[in-house]
Amino acid sequence: MSYHSIQEILQNCKDKSLLFWETILEDDINSRNISRESSMNKMQSLWDAMLLAGSTYDKKAHSASGLVGGDGGLMEEYYMTNDSLCGDFISKAIAQALQMGESNACMKRIVAAPTAGACGVLPAVLLPLFREKGILSSKIIEALYVAAGIGQIIAQRAYIAGALGGCQAEIGSASAMAAGALVHIKGGDSDQIANSVAMALKNLLGLVCDPVAGLVEVPCVKRNVIGAVNALAAADMALAGIRSKIPADQVIDAMKEVGDSMDASLRETGKGGVAGTPKAQEIVSKLLNKSDH
Amino acid sequence: MNIYDILGPIMVGPSSSHTAGAVKIGLIAVKLLGIEPKKAEIYLHGSFAATGEGHGTNKAIVAGLLGMQPDDMLIPKSFEIAEKKKLQFKIGQINLKDAHPNTVLLKLTGEDDRQLEIQASSLGGGRIMVNKLDGIDVNFTGESHTLIVHNIDQPGHVAEVTSTLSHKSVNIATMQLYRDKRGGYAVMVIETDQEIPKESVAWLSHLEGIIKVSYLNIKGE
Repeated sequence: MSYHSIQEILQNCKDKSLLFWETILEDDINSRNISRESSMNKMQSLWDAMLLAGSTYDKKAHSASGLVGGDGGLMEEYYMTNDSLCGDFISKAIAQALQMGESNACMKRIVAAPTAGACGVLPAVLLPLFREKGILSSKIIEALYVAAGIGQIIAQRAYIAGALGGCQAEIGSASAMAAGALVHIKGGDSDQIANSVAMALKNLLGLVCDPVAGLVEVPCVKRNVIGAVNALAAADMALAGIRSKIPADQVIDAMKEVGDSMDASLRETGKGGVAGTPKAQEIVSKLLNKSDH
Repeated sequence: MNIYDILGPIMVGPSSSHTAGAVKIGLIAVKLLGIEPKKAEIYLHGSFAATGEGHGTNKAIVAGLLGMQPDDMLIPKSFEIAEKKKLQFKIGQINLKDAHPNTVLLKLTGEDDRQLEIQASSLGGGRIMVNKLDGIDVNFTGESHTLIVHNIDQPGHVAEVTSTLSHKSVNIATMQLYRDKRGGYAVMVIETDQEIPKESVAWLSHLEGIIKVSYLNIKGE
């Protein structure tokens, strides 16, 4: 991609009277030397894969380690009671985030967005909008361009791998991408998209990557939930006209600074954070015994 | 990096490095072997050894050896499929010197008894790097067309290979030369912009002093 900051994208939108997603699409066409159709077909195939992944959740399936599985089903049963604290829509987003994270842990087919560990965040907000609120596929495809453009700026200026920058780089980035996508779907402008990115990422700064036994399961699956709910909150704030005092690019740079100073034990080594707790160590030794026999 | 490195790949979980990348290593190993394997020894190193079972790394590598892509829903069933297809495999652990944490050593035997030993690592996001071929250090990602020539270390072989490519208007993107000792066993790794015609690969493999030629064609991926 030829853009290195959210600011440059905003400037291009302004100069050429383009929407945020159109700037990203135009750049994909130019930088990969492909047709508009070819780029859009590829995005459509990712959306189709997300939809399929969402509809093939199996609440009876458990991961090979046995650590995760079934929680997405429990959340679904719970929201059916119509008595959840979060209300209908957010409860559905929570269930979807859990389900996608569990499907990933159970070796089902998912779309890495931006990583496999964070694959539940975007579908968690997009699938309920599509199913319940009648948002058209074409609008969601546009929103996926917004998300991809945001993710690419983050990947360029900072990182999207937990091993490099902690979970803020995975779930934090996914949350910022989802926030921008939501703002576009709700008709917000480029400036509001940038503000939602800044707010979503700011809220998750410092989040560590501490997978128990090094597996993309605990706490990863449930972190997808906070990524999704945080994205909804950041998008609503931006749509309400609330602005981030710190611009998106500077928040991204701050994320990198925080990640760089994070101890190695908190960057996907399975040593610190919840991975370092006595219970986690107990789980690790049980898994080791299991694989020996 | 393009936007589809951020959204995507569509893959079977749970990890782009430990699952999707592992499938890709298996796929590339078979392409380099040049024929379907009948036997495979798989040795996992580092994080692949420590967390490979939980991430399905073992199943993913076997799936790749069977020709599956990283989004193939049958990856979790690769062991059963290998049995049906009569691919004998064994999985063990190994401690390699100076290797990336996500590394695997594969010893493959093809249907026609040809052999290949390959060491490769998974770098994250599904990207991989081949580090050793038949014990010789190499360095390539499998993202470009790649020609690998094993030859006796003597004058003229580089010229033979490059002039063959030049006759077919194939442009060389990168070129690496390795050998175990002077006059010993040498390996050329050449990444090219264009596809290399089959007959050129066959012709090179029959030249005197050339021990083996493998070719990785990335077309259609």
